[in-house]
Amino acid sequence: MIRFDSVTKTYPKQNRPALRDVSLEIEKGEFVFLVGSSGSGKSTFLRLILREERTDTGLVHVLGKDLNRLSNWKVPQMRRQLGTVFQDFRLLPNKTVAENVAFALEVIGKPRGTIRKTVPEVLDLVGLAGKDDRMPGELSGGEQQRVAIARAFVNRPMLLIADEPTGNLDPQTSVGIMRLLDRINRTGTTVVMATHDQNIVDQMRKRVIELEKGRLVRDQSRGVYGYQH
Amino acid sequence: MRVQFVLSEIGVGLRRNLTMTLAVVISVALSLALTGGALLVNKQVDAMKGYWYDKVEVSVYLCNKNDAATTPNCAKGPVTDDQKAEILSDLKKLPVVKKIYYETAEGAYKHYKEQFKSNKQLADSITPDQMEQSYQVKLKDPTKFAVVASAFNGRPGVQSVEDQRKVLENLFDLLNGLTKVAYVVLAFMLTVAMLLIINTVRVSAFSRRRETGIMRLVGASSFYIQMPFIMEAAFAGLVGAGLACVGLLGGRYFLIDAGLRLQDKIPLVSFIGWGPVVQVLPLVLLIGVVMPAIAAFIALRRYLKV
Repeated sequence: MIRFDSVTKTYPKQNRPALRDVSLEIEKGEFVFLVGSSGSGKSTFLRLILREERTDTGLVHVLGKDLNRLSNWKVPQMRRQLGTVFQDFRLLPNKTVAENVAFALEVIGKPRGTIRKTVPEVLDLVGLAGKDDRMPGELSGGEQQRVAIARAFVNRPMLLIADEPTGNLDPQTSVGIMRLLDRINRTGTTVVMATHDQNIVDQMRKRVIELEKGRLVRDQSRGVYGYQH
Repeated sequence: MRVQFVLSEIGVGLRRNLTMTLAVVISVALSLALTGGALLVNKQVDAMKGYWYDKVEVSVYLCNKNDAATTPNCAKGPVTDDQKAEILSDLKKLPVVKKIYYETAEGAYKHYKEQFKSNKQLADSITPDQMEQSYQVKLKDPTKFAVVASAFNGRPGVQSVEDQRKVLENLFDLLNGLTKVAYVVLAFMLTVAMLLIINTVRVSAFSRRRETGIMRLVGASSFYIQMPFIMEAAFAGLVGAGLACVGLLGGRYFLIDAGLRLQDKIPLVSFIGWGPVVQVLPLVLLIGVVMPAIAAFIALRRYLKV
């Protein structure tokens, strides 16, 4: 699903590489936590998977494709097979819940019939049935994140990338979101989640990858958060 | 779905940015009106040049039977065949003469009709027998008009010797000068329009970065992301071009037919008809759509990550 081969990435005008010689493999259907303090390279790791950045040296394979050799015009096709969720939800405030989810399908040219059928299904899946016509501003943080997850999942991606999805939520709400991500993982979708949330990592007991100053320092199946911050 | 989606995006974009859109529309309208105007002045110059203007320098008009009353030199009646033969052989003897064309009265009538075809009244006021037959003379040195004039003016059978250049040269110089000024001004106007469009697209891309960010994330193609911006610019350009077209049509109407009524005041000049004006409009519309679209595309490469 994802393979990093000795990946090094340095941003322009920076001395220290954001990622240094990272190699790892994530299999289909896995649930992986990505931990590490700020500046440890978590975001760079995710940006490389999304092909927002390219490696300096080393190879990144996602869904069987070498992203360094993937031409720019093929990147959108690749991204349609990924779902992405962020700490700040990134919803469109002037569109309803259903419109926000439908937007993801409209802009990749899905037919109207498909959209009308899939949007209620996925809203039901994330536990927002009946809230189609609400505006994001009327929803709680947890509900907004559910909309974002619905949008990321509506196209049934093979891989879900979550960048601190519970970072803005209280512990109670976070547990709900994690249950939802777990459920999505059980449908066969690989989930890679960067997080600072010790409780969640310790409770879920999934594979944990820890980065420190750009280096891979721990890769543990059924791991715990493991360091104090 | 796609069309409706793109259209609604365009509408939102243009309204959000109304002042900027107006600035684009006005600058495009002005620059295209100038472009069209300059082209039409060129056409007007061409229309005022008679059939022989670009071909010869001197016209030797021969007496016809109507000239007897009006021109003293033709008092003895129309030119005779002997006189014609003598004039022709003398013309041939002049060393400055390069080529001589003979135009019959019928030929002159045809060319006259052609030149004034947009001015029916004037075209119908003349009959073939009022036209003169003539020798149209091309000179080796275009400035040597006086040589021919002094040799043939007042000769029996010659009604008049006319310098093709003399009559309209100054006017043409003026019009050509104006066109050149117009081109310089319109070059600046087009630059202003392009810069405005680039800035509009930049502002538009910035105010919609949330949408475009999500579009990128969910895998919308760059074409799909850029299209609303390009269409926006093209649409504003189209409106501007439309205004320019209205301006050109109105300009011709008020200068020539109504308002200044140049056609009534200067009836002997052949003004351009509606045909040439209408011919210019598609070009104006095309430039009005394509140029802003290109400007938008260039701006997007810089200001919109796809």
